[in-house]
Amino acid sequence: MSLWEYANPVKFIRTTDKVLPWVWTLAGLCLVTGLVWGFFFTPNDFRQGSTVKIIYIHVPSALMAINAWLMMLVASLIWIVRRHHVSALAARAAAPVGAVMTVIALATGAFWGQPMWGTWWAWDPRLTSFLILFLFYLGYMALWEAIENDDTAADLTSILCLVGSVFAILSRYAVNFWNQGLHQGATLSLDKEENISDVFWFPLLVCMAGFVLLFIALVFLRTQTEIRARRTRALLAREGQA
Amino acid sequence: MRALLLRDLMLAIRAGGGFGLGLAFFLIVTVLVPFGVGPQTELLSRIAPGILWIGALLACLLSLDRILALDWEDGSLDLLATAPLPMEGIVTIKALAHWITTGLPLVLAAPVLGVLLSLPVPAYQWVVISLAVGTPALSVIGTFGAALTVGLKRGGLLMSLLVLPLYVPTLIFGAEVARRGAEGLTVQTPLLLLAGISFGVIALLPFASAAVLRINLR
Repeated sequence: MSLWEYANPVKFIRTTDKVLPWVWTLAGLCLVTGLVWGFFFTPNDFRQGSTVKIIYIHVPSALMAINAWLMMLVASLIWIVRRHHVSALAARAAAPVGAVMTVIALATGAFWGQPMWGTWWAWDPRLTSFLILFLFYLGYMALWEAIENDDTAADLTSILCLVGSVFAILSRYAVNFWNQGLHQGATLSLDKEENISDVFWFPLLVCMAGFVLLFIALVFLRTQTEIRARRTRALLAREGQA
Repeated sequence: MRALLLRDLMLAIRAGGGFGLGLAFFLIVTVLVPFGVGPQTELLSRIAPGILWIGALLACLLSLDRILALDWEDGSLDLLATAPLPMEGIVTIKALAHWITTGLPLVLAAPVLGVLLSLPVPAYQWVVISLAVGTPALSVIGTFGAALTVGLKRGGLLMSLLVLPLYVPTLIFGAEVARRGAEGLTVQTPLLLLAGISFGVIALLPFASAAVLRINLR
């Protein structure tokens, strides 16, 4: 019994079929609990008023926007090294989810920034690097769509993912150098004195767990879809030959 | 390797369309900017370093599809791939040829165009130096993009989408060197970072480009 057994598409679909309802349920539970708790049962911030509640969507989606790319990186590496098709398809499946998370983070950030900073958008390092991350997602998805041969597409996109990761990190530090920002620094670290207050922290934690579970569920589902779509195409091709 | 470099340079110069085109594009962009933002000297001289950098970057981008696409179409890329030269060497030479035919003329033309944009006097040397240090990185990164999209019918737009985000760090540091030079500030830190990017990219990215090209030729 090893992890690599799930590289078998049949095994992968069978297992995820069993797991998916649980993940969906847990994700829904966490999201409903976290959001309801956050929106209705936490006090307003003494300075930010009720806008502080945007945090329950903004922070988890930003978290998943970055981690989705990380997951794609790992899946791409697995594809390059061990050539498991499920891995390549999982990377492909994660990209649109990650891109949407990036958009959500940017949009909620804009809604939050308007009342707090007096502007929808500022060329702040964090905002800018998120925009660049979004461009990377776009390029990655466009390359998948553009190439017809599945294996070639998987190879090229995984190398793009590797190179893109390096450049995304480079850009992150470059924009830091380029402009000082409005965005606050980390306030969710575990080891710092001055953190977000516990009242906001616990519902936020539940929301983050909900977003992680939601992401897992979506990626599983989309990977299944990709596997089935590819199987259908293979069947159709065989019919055409016969 | 030298033969390949010479061949690429010859082709670029004699076959027409490649060599002067990037330069002409650079000129056009620089001429269009004052029409767009107005002819006030102080405004132009403030944005001149950035305009020159963006113009150079776009001119580089425009000529990228020539690096590999023509050789791909007539099959000489397949021949090169079977030659004893390693693929890494081929892509490095291709990037070098691209830099000599596009990057170097841009570097040399930048001061002339700086006059059009009333670039401040202390900025001239820094614009030239930053372009000289930064454009090799643009060529190498661009070769990677060209290798990614070489097999595609209409890869041009896709290549821009892939390459431009990769250009961001180079552009930031390059424009920062030029801007600081224009304002008379110290340029050491961004210049070193820019050189670091260039050297790092030259050292590492040909491996990725070669891997990508091998996949595309499979």
